[in-house]
Amino acid sequence: MAVAEETTETPPTSRRPVLSPRAREALLGYLYLLPAFVVFAVFFFYPLARLVQLSLFDTRGVFANQSQEFVGFGQWADVLGGEQFRASLWITIQYVLFTVPAGVVLGVGLAQLANRRMRGIKFFQTVFSSTVATSVAVASVIFFALVNSEVGYFRNVSWLSWLNTQDPDTALLAVSVSSIWQNLGLTFIIVLAALQSIPEEVLEAATLDGYGPVARFRRITLPLLSPILLFLAVVLVIFAFQAFGQIDILTKGGPQGSTQTLVYRIFTIQFDDVNTAAVMSIGLFALTFVVTLLQFGALSRKVTYGD
Amino acid sequence: MRPGPAAVVWYLVMTVLSVVVLFPVWMTLVRALSLPIPYLQEGLPPYPVDAQWGVFADAWSEGSLDRAFMVSVAMTLVITVAQLFTSVLAAYSFAFLRYPGKPVLFALTIATLLLPIEVTLVVNARTIRSWDWLDSLQGLTAPFLASAFGIFLIRQAFLSVPNDLRDAAQLEGYSHWRFMWRVAVPVSRPAVASFALVALLTAWGQYTWPRIAVTDSDWEPLQIRLASLAVQNIDRSNIGFAGALIASVPIFVLLVVFQRQLIRGLTAGAVKG
Repeated sequence: MAVAEETTETPPTSRRPVLSPRAREALLGYLYLLPAFVVFAVFFFYPLARLVQLSLFDTRGVFANQSQEFVGFGQWADVLGGEQFRASLWITIQYVLFTVPAGVVLGVGLAQLANRRMRGIKFFQTVFSSTVATSVAVASVIFFALVNSEVGYFRNVSWLSWLNTQDPDTALLAVSVSSIWQNLGLTFIIVLAALQSIPEEVLEAATLDGYGPVARFRRITLPLLSPILLFLAVVLVIFAFQAFGQIDILTKGGPQGSTQTLVYRIFTIQFDDVNTAAVMSIGLFALTFVVTLLQFGALSRKVTYGD
Repeated sequence: MRPGPAAVVWYLVMTVLSVVVLFPVWMTLVRALSLPIPYLQEGLPPYPVDAQWGVFADAWSEGSLDRAFMVSVAMTLVITVAQLFTSVLAAYSFAFLRYPGKPVLFALTIATLLLPIEVTLVVNARTIRSWDWLDSLQGLTAPFLASAFGIFLIRQAFLSVPNDLRDAAQLEGYSHWRFMWRVAVPVSRPAVASFALVALLTAWGQYTWPRIAVTDSDWEPLQIRLASLAVQNIDRSNIGFAGALIASVPIFVLLVVFQRQLIRGLTAGAVKG
């Protein structure tokens, strides 16, 4: 549309615009995009190009002015097939498996319980959504006070011995619990909003048809929720891929490297070996790419179903 | 009306679940109020040992959380305001202006969603270092001054601005700039507010990038500072735990007050608005 041009500039006799209204509008369009695109160019597109370059070269020379050596895709194969990357990838996948299904199930369970008209329901809803106010640092510090093997509250509680950040077999699980707790508020809020958008008549009709609460949940609620659950699962998977703060605060990647997720390893090796870090970043990008495409797929499906 | 047995069970279950969810917060309060060494000697009980209510004031003055708090406030404000500004401009461009190449530029914008800071970390860290922006407000904020999510969300809202308003503005002789700030943004207030809230929440809570962009403890935002106090410094850990509460309580209050906007923002991707 051309709001300004036609009114301020229509008398073409008075002064001749240098540019046609169309050209002016186009110019303005680019101008308005400029601030955002400067940021995108410097901090999104350039890094991607530079990552590819770094991943194909060996710049680990002893001297800063030493020429870079082109090593090509062999470096990708070496790193992505190497033990470090594979170990971190597996740890990251385990972390996804620990946090995502549990997070979704807990979110749905709590939201289902809290989606009814009872006295005091607002209080319970506020409690369950409260962890959305915690950051990753706050949640990790809070769980440090619980699961640390020396100064954590649960250090002597035997049935919670799997919440131990000093044991390589359980450290990742302990970190996962802190993430599940931190994300609980978000999952709860999103699922509750979705539940509340299900028309009551639908559930009433199902009750009249003789559906019990379980059948109603399985046959009506769950199918209606499924697009949102898919969205939520993808968001949580992406969170899990990006996990850093909880590892940095609770375990520092240890014990014995058992919590060295991909991002944490990239963080720790970037100064010593930028080329390997670059290849790993590209690996992480590929993972995020696939999952985000799934998210777009899920969203477009939701739009069709929602109408 | 007396509540039936089902209701009693429901209340019981809800209460137990609330206790489970809040127990970690309670233990944080306990750790904040108790002096670390006596608390450890007492055997880490689930209640405060010799509660020191002054810890919150101390955290402010002695724990150098005041400086960290100000860094966090400045960082959050710059990021939120900048994201709002760049997103509104770009969203307006995509929604209202015609020019060649728009679909490609829009696709490029959406493509940035595929590049979380964790992927670009290695290179962005080098960029900031080469500009000598480590330990500075510009270093902490620069990668976050634009947001594809914000552009997308606000563009959606702009697209539903009624044609009548556009025609009226045209008759009144409004410029694009004026129409954007006087009409389009106010009409799209719900979307803009929701995005602002999510942007603020994200900026306030971020950890990964500040961990890279800051080497001098003077420039540590609250999130980094409270974590290092709570975890690395056993005899000052109470201040770290107090910091965790200081960092979360204002956000919690904000979220309760702006619950509707928050839900709208968080579910923007999940539920069509």
